[in-house]
Amino acid sequence: MNLRKMLDSMEPHFHKGGKYEKFYALYEAVDTVFYTPGYVTKSNAHVRDGIDLKRMMITVWLCTFPVILFGIYNLGLQANTAMAAMDMTEIDGLRGAIIGALAGFDPTSLWDNVIHGAAYWLPIYIVVFVVGGFWEVLFAAVRGHEVNEGFFVTSILFSLILPPDVPLWQAALGISFGVVVGKEVFGGTGMNFLNPALTGRAFLFFAYPAQMSGDAVWTAVDGFTGATPLGIAALQGVEGLAAQGITWMDAFMGQIPGSIGEVSTLAIFIGGGILLWTRIAAWRIVAGVMVGMIAMSLLLNMIGSDTNPLFSMPFYWHMVLGGFAFGMMFMATDPVSASMTNMGKWYFGALIGVMVVLIRVVNPAFPEGMMLAILFANLCAPLIDYYVVEANIKRRVARNG
Amino acid sequence: MSKTKDILISPIFANNPIALQILGVCSALAVTSSMSVTLVMCIALTAVVTFSNLFISLIRNQVPNNIRIIVQMTIIASLVIVVDQVLKAYAYEISKQLSVFVGLIITNCIVMGRAEAFAMQNPPLPSVLDGIGNGLGYSVVLIFVAFLRELFGSGSLFGIEILPLVTNGGWYYSNGMMLLPPSAFFVIGGFIWLLRTWKVDQVEKAEFTMAKHTK
Repeated sequence: MNLRKMLDSMEPHFHKGGKYEKFYALYEAVDTVFYTPGYVTKSNAHVRDGIDLKRMMITVWLCTFPVILFGIYNLGLQANTAMAAMDMTEIDGLRGAIIGALAGFDPTSLWDNVIHGAAYWLPIYIVVFVVGGFWEVLFAAVRGHEVNEGFFVTSILFSLILPPDVPLWQAALGISFGVVVGKEVFGGTGMNFLNPALTGRAFLFFAYPAQMSGDAVWTAVDGFTGATPLGIAALQGVEGLAAQGITWMDAFMGQIPGSIGEVSTLAIFIGGGILLWTRIAAWRIVAGVMVGMIAMSLLLNMIGSDTNPLFSMPFYWHMVLGGFAFGMMFMATDPVSASMTNMGKWYFGALIGVMVVLIRVVNPAFPEGMMLAILFANLCAPLIDYYVVEANIKRRVARNG
Repeated sequence: MSKTKDILISPIFANNPIALQILGVCSALAVTSSMSVTLVMCIALTAVVTFSNLFISLIRNQVPNNIRIIVQMTIIASLVIVVDQVLKAYAYEISKQLSVFVGLIITNCIVMGRAEAFAMQNPPLPSVLDGIGNGLGYSVVLIFVAFLRELFGSGSLFGIEILPLVTNGGWYYSNGMMLLPPSAFFVIGGFIWLLRTWKVDQVEKAEFTMAKHTK
């Protein structure tokens, strides 16, 4: 009996009146993972196109792979380097046992680094996926709609923007908040005005600052403290980075401590390039973010400051540090929470670019501004769209009377 | 008789001033980070709204219509000053924590709203009951919010440790978000969600409905 027949024979149980009616969402999710949905558009006017939500979401998911692979390698590299510097040769607990069984702790060995990184990232991802998936299926079952592939994207993005050392229960709590309050209370995928992954991270950021920011969380070794390059730059400027031996190329390639998926600008540009090429990410938003960031940082360079070294940080450093590149390519381009109109996308992107530099440089309380900048722009997106549409109507009325 | 009972009971869940009318939310954000402060605030507001309803209802036929708001404000402000002085005399520590928020009861929309909407049209006794009922409705929401915020934010209730904190050698990581005022928005939102799941008639009609495309 092949898979299609098996699924077909199970199907009646999940329809209305069937034995497992409540679990239809789960059946539908499994079915559409293996096969194309059998529905066709029946209303009068429609566009024929191969792209649907499922293909779109899976593409985003695949585009994160360069980021994941490099993130895992770099997590291991940073941890192993720190351990070598501290003369540690093993870690306690289950993680240490697994790493010890499969590999060593040699920072020069690719294999050791990848295994070490995977031992930290995979548990985070599995927890995020299972807990977030539970909420997704629960809401789908109660409301009678289908589980959406959007959650694939939310879960992977959320796991990539966490610090490596995050406790697993916090990851679970964060994704629960992100999925339930960021998305499901507003009606599920397509109705959320905030990016669910960022909502979850913002919750953790304000709820547990000790585990989400500061100096101790960016390298997955207990007792090791080391600021992120952005944190160093906030205190000592670009000269401070040079003194630590961090060159621009290091930051671009990603061999720096930081959130798991945010370190390598190169890997992000590879994934993001595919997103732009397939036109899943709107190039106007990405361009808008770049323009806004460059304009604002040039302005601050010109103003200058004697006490705040970040004022003089040039735009090409802003681009490679912190979550800027990841947020620009994967978060700001979320089609649901961004502006919809073409002109609006420019304004939306530019708002993010301006805000991120402002928060990084002028606000002393937050060393990183990408998360807050994108959430702020998400809130403004409907307003931007409204004025773009109004302006268009006005222009056309003036032209045609 | 059932009408009197209705005046007293309905503001608690069926017509809650915070959850249904979305009035008086500002103080719900500001004073709900600990149970003891919240409780004092609830008593203070209930007292003010009850007595303001009583006095305004007593003179409702003597007040010229075009200066009624000023008259109401005068009565409410006097009551708030009395409450503030009593708190300063008998609960000084808590009155310091409440700071300006006792004074701000003057501008609390619930007090003004009940005076204008109910006490101006009704005799004293129903007005008093209405004041108590709305005060209780306000208190129910505030205590619900404060319970969750203090329990998860500081791991304690009324200052007594319930969940031992990591910083004191326990196991509970305090949730810093719960101590920030915005968390009250989420908690009030959750309260409204629960309430409307229970009393479905409070759910507002959707502004738009999605067209069916497939199936």
